[in-house]
Order: sequence, then structure tokens, then C-alpha cells
Amino acid sequence: MSQKIQPLHPIEKRVLIAGYGEDKSWTIQHYEKNYKGYEAAKKAVSMPADDIIKTVKESGLRGLGGAGFPTGMKWSFIPKNPTKPVYLVCNADEGEPGTFKDRQIMEHCPHRLIEGMIAAAVAIGSKTGYIYVRGELRLAIKRLEDAINEAYAKNYLGQNIFGSGKAFDLTVHPGAGAYICGEETGLIESLEGDRGQPRLKPPFPAISGAFGGPTIVNNVATLAHVPGILLNGAEWFIKMGNGTNRGAGTTVWGVSGDVQKPGFFEVPVGTKLSTMLNEICGGPLPGRKFKACFPGGSSSPLLKAEEFDVPMDFDSLAAKGTMMGSCAIIVVDDSRSIPEICMRTARFYAHESCGQCVPCREGTKWTYKMLRRVCSGQGTKSDLKNVQSACDNMAGKTICVLSDACAMPVTSMLKKFPEEFEKLLIPESEFTPELPKVSGQLGSVLDAIRARQQS
Amino acid sequence: MASEKKYEFSPEVEKRFQWLLTRYPTKDAVLLPILHLVQDENKWLTPDSIEYVAKRMDLSPARVREVASFYTMFRLNQKGQYVLQVCHNISCYLRGSDGVIEHIKKRLNIKENEITPDGKFSLERVECLASCGTAPVLQVNGWDYHEELTIEKVDRIIDDLLKDKNAYPDYEKRISEGSVA
Ligand SMILES: Cc1cc2nc3c(=O)[nH]c(=O)nc-3n(C[C@H](O)[C@H](O)[C@H](O)COP(=O)(O)O)c2cc1C
Repeated sequence: MSQKIQPLHPIEKRVLIAGYGEDKSWTIQHYEKNYKGYEAAKKAVSMPADDIIKTVKESGLRGLGGAGFPTGMKWSFIPKNPTKPVYLVCNADEGEPGTFKDRQIMEHCPHRLIEGMIAAAVAIGSKTGYIYVRGELRLAIKRLEDAINEAYAKNYLGQNIFGSGKAFDLTVHPGAGAYICGEETGLIESLEGDRGQPRLKPPFPAISGAFGGPTIVNNVATLAHVPGILLNGAEWFIKMGNGTNRGAGTTVWGVSGDVQKPGFFEVPVGTKLSTMLNEICGGPLPGRKFKACFPGGSSSPLLKAEEFDVPMDFDSLAAKGTMMGSCAIIVVDDSRSIPEICMRTARFYAHESCGQCVPCREGTKWTYKMLRRVCSGQGTKSDLKNVQSACDNMAGKTICVLSDACAMPVTSMLKKFPEEFEKLLIPESEFTPELPKVSGQLGSVLDAIRARQQS
Repeated sequence: MASEKKYEFSPEVEKRFQWLLTRYPTKDAVLLPILHLVQDENKWLTPDSIEYVAKRMDLSPARVREVASFYTMFRLNQKGQYVLQVCHNISCYLRGSDGVIEHIKKRLNIKENEITPDGKFSLERVECLASCGTAPVLQVNGWDYHEELTIEKVDRIIDDLLKDKNAYPDYEKRISEGSVA
């Protein structure tokens, strides 16, 4: 279920996946013996909640699920004297194309995530947590459930954690195959047993989320960083990155597509994209050259090869008009057609749109269909214009940002590689509409038109 | 169908159901986990299993079907004994998933979304499976991953499944032995 174990590149630094590849790295014994397992959680239960939040704020930890929201600040939005139970939910839906970082943590170091959740729960005053794991990842689910049982057996979870008098219960909740359930309010709907259709915000989950209670949703990697920060301090975390709050700590990048050595690599935030692709991943395939990449999953706007000399942190990538997203680099080389990639990108979002907002439901589908026509050599200039207008009419106009996630990469491909699209177009005058095959009277009329077209 | 035994939870699923009820503040939240267990046991969500789940969950069958139909992992129709789902998203496409799909179509002599006449296999395309570093990827029955596919590897998987080897029940063993990690 994972890549072969290879010697580490000197730039690689394992914090989140420290222990990967070691014998039984997923057991509590291994974690406690080799990685100071649960020392941070023990420390956290006796710390005032505000101190935990303060340390996490100072560390500059930002969410690794997609949006990069400062984690400590998010936690501080939980009301001080809530009238309803507070919930902590880990987002392990891992649906963004190109992303496979969270499952490495869950499958190989599940206790680091559990420990991070215990500390986070203390910080926000939550007694109940859920890990929402995408349903296909049975190994991750199994490893997490086993790890949770081990933690219960040692009273690290339960009604009196570490003898502190505090309670924290944790349950794994399987998703069932819907990308939209990675969006935090879609996830909450799904956790409650509903269709995963996102909710209008406000109210934000921190005020009213799961089961009506104040809720924090954090990504797996975000939570798994918390033990290290509490144990080693904010300064340690900042220094590991590029020394600024633009990007502290490390993150696990998933690299896939056209490179010599695809795989996942944990490096300091701020490592250059070119370093990652050329030095760690061994450069392009023989005889080929890099053309472009998605730096943060398929919803991040593309970077062209000449833009690869950029530090991979939140702000540097934003300055290039793209984003760190879910830390997933998909590389495309010069043997590929950008319109084909674009069509496949749109197809994904069209398939995954939950359908509740019209601009997204219709916009993603039409974008896909028009791009499909362009790729099949039957598209015209107005198809391209319509793709752009569909994108302009969905981004920012819907309940959640799935429609933006489709519009952003598609727009970037149209803008950065216009010649590749134009090459495929035919003149309007040569365009022959596809007529649907139907039975009955209408069918015979259409058949007649089809026959005329062909003669 | 009429003469067949109506679906009921097995003792193991019943036990798990009772446990699940203690883990959430509302009963509705148990719906997704329990549908997974029912589907594992029953291969797909037959109309009688949906009615049974609805009764046990204090929901209407329409409500259960409404929720289940939102999620691609839940099967509301009968499919082959082994459902082969090949990812066709960007990373898998770049690593040759189209060839894998074409090969399976030829080898099994079916089109996408069809079942082989013996009921053994169905073939589907799916979106990203979160295994992009080891693309191309296919999954059997929703969650048994096969990665870094080559045509030879695909043939081996099909040969094994034809003999019911390395299929569903063995997978738990493979996991418990840690051999897939
Ligand atoms: C369509 C959509 C899909 C998303 N999928 C995921 C996902 O699979 N995993 C994830 O952690 N965050 C995902 N997110 C981001 C979450 O909404 C949310 O920002 C994140 O879980 C917050 O965690 P963080 O602050 O730790 O990053 C998605 C967002 C959108 C709009």
C-alpha cells in the first residue's frame, strides 16, 4: 500500500512521518519507545488550555488541508463557555487529486495523530472527537482503530485521560466516496448521517458545527504536528521551516505524474519546488522536459516550468498566483497535451459537484463537456469562450469553493497555454452539432438531418 | 427474490451496531458506518437490506436510499463479484491508466460499467484514490488497492480472482500480517 523504502535525501526531514518503514511503527510500544510518544499529551492535560493555543499560535502552524488557515487562531474561535458539547473532527477524507500525504501518517504513525488530537481536544475543551477517514482507505481505518484501542487500554483515551480527570473519546468514522465530504461543512453533514452537502457560512463550525455544537475541523497533518510543537516549543517549529511565519515546520508532499521518482517526501516548508523535482525526485523522465505542474493538488492553478524556482510555502506560492493547497505536486512534461489535462481536471469536479448550487452543478459539467469537444477536435473558438465564461460564472458564486477549485486550474491552463487549445480548434463554419439518438418521430427527423449532414 | 431469506444483521454486525450507537450523540450518525457493514456482508444494498436498516435506524427506507445514493461507495445495484475500479484521474492517466482500462475491457470482453456473463467481474472508472505516487491504481470491491500497475500485473490480479485467490477474505489477513505496508 505504499512506496518502497528508499534512503532519505539530505533535505528530507521526517517529523510527521518519523518512524515510517520501521518495524511495527504503528504500534503504541514503538511510538512510546522511539518517539517520546504521548509525552506531549501528558504535558497538555496539565497545561491551561490558553497556553496550548498560545504555543500553537506562536509556532506559526497553518492548516495543511487546503486553505492554510492559522491553526491556533482557529482554535481560539471556540466560545469560552459553550452551552453545547464541543467537537474535534479530524479531516482525513484525502480526496484532492494528487494528494496522498495523510494516509502515510494514518497507516504508519497513527499514534502521532491521536496524540495531536488529545492535545487539541484539551485546548478547545472537547470531550468527543471523530476521525473522518475516506472509506476506501481500509488499512488506515484498521491501523487507526487498533491504535485507538491501544490508547484506551492505557487510559490515554477515555473518561480519565492520564489520570487528569479530563475525558476524551475518539471514534473513526468512515466516509463513503464523495470528494465534497472533505469540505468541512460537507464533512459535518456526512458525519451526522446526511448527504454531504456543504452548509452556508456563517455560522462557522467553531460556533455551530457537528450536532449543533462548536466544532473544530483540522487536517490529519495539521493535528499530527501538535505533539512536536508542544514538546519542542514554537521556536523549534519556526526554525525548521524557512524561519518565518510564511511557512513554519515541515510538510509531507506527494509528488506524482511525470517525474523519475514519484512518491511522498517530508521536507521543511519553504523548500524550493525545483529542488524537490530535480534533486529529490530525480528530474524529468529520460528524454523529456518538465512543462508545468499543479503545486497543491488539482485545484491549484498551474505553474509553468520556468516558474519552478519558487519556495514552497503559503505566501510564496500565493505570490505566484497559486497555492500550497493539500501539498500535492502533479508534474506534467512536454510529451503531454494541456487541453487533455484540463479536460480531466474539469471532469473530476463535474463528477464531484454535490449539485446543490446551480452555478457549480451546471458550470462544472459544461466546462467538462466543452473541453471534451475541444480535445476531440470538434471544438470552436466559441467553446473556449464559453469555458471561460462558465468559469467566471461559478467561482465565488456558490456555497462552498468546489466551483472555484474547478475554475482556478482551468482558467490558469487557458491563460498559460492558449496556443495548445487554439491548435485543436476548427472554424465555426465546419462545426457539426452532435445530434442525440432518440426513438419515435423526433428520432426519424434527426436521422434525416444526420443523413443530410453526411451527404 | 421473494423466496429468499430477508436480510437481517448477523450477530457480529448486531454487536457492532450496538457499539456504534454509544459513540454518537444522535442515532442518525450511525447510518454511514452501518451501511458499510451491511454492504460488506451482503455485497450490495439490496432493497430488503435498506428496509431493514431503515427499520433499525428509525428512518424511512426512502431516507436511507437518499443518503446512500449520494455516496459512490454504496452499491444500490448488483454488480460483479469483483468490481474492478480503475482510477482515470490526472496522475493515473499520466502513468498509463487508459491502457489498463483498455486491456481489462479486452481481456474480460466487457465495456465499462458492464458485468461479465458469469457475474464474476465488473469494470468501472473512478476518480482519484489517494495513491498517486504509485499510479496507476485500481481497487477491487471498493477498497482492495493494487498499485504501480502493469499489464502483466493486471493479468495476474484477474487470474487470481478467477480462482478466488487473494480476494476479499485474504485481505484482512494481509493487513494483519502487515505485509501490505
Ligand atoms: C471541495 C473541498 C474539498 C476538500 N477536501 C479536503 C480533504 O480531503 N482533506 C482536508 O483536510 N481538507 C479538505 N478541504 C479543506 C477543508 O474544508 C478545511 O479547510 C480543512 O479541513 C481545515 O483543516 P486545516 O485548517 O487543518 O487545514 C476541502 C475543501 C473543499 C472546498
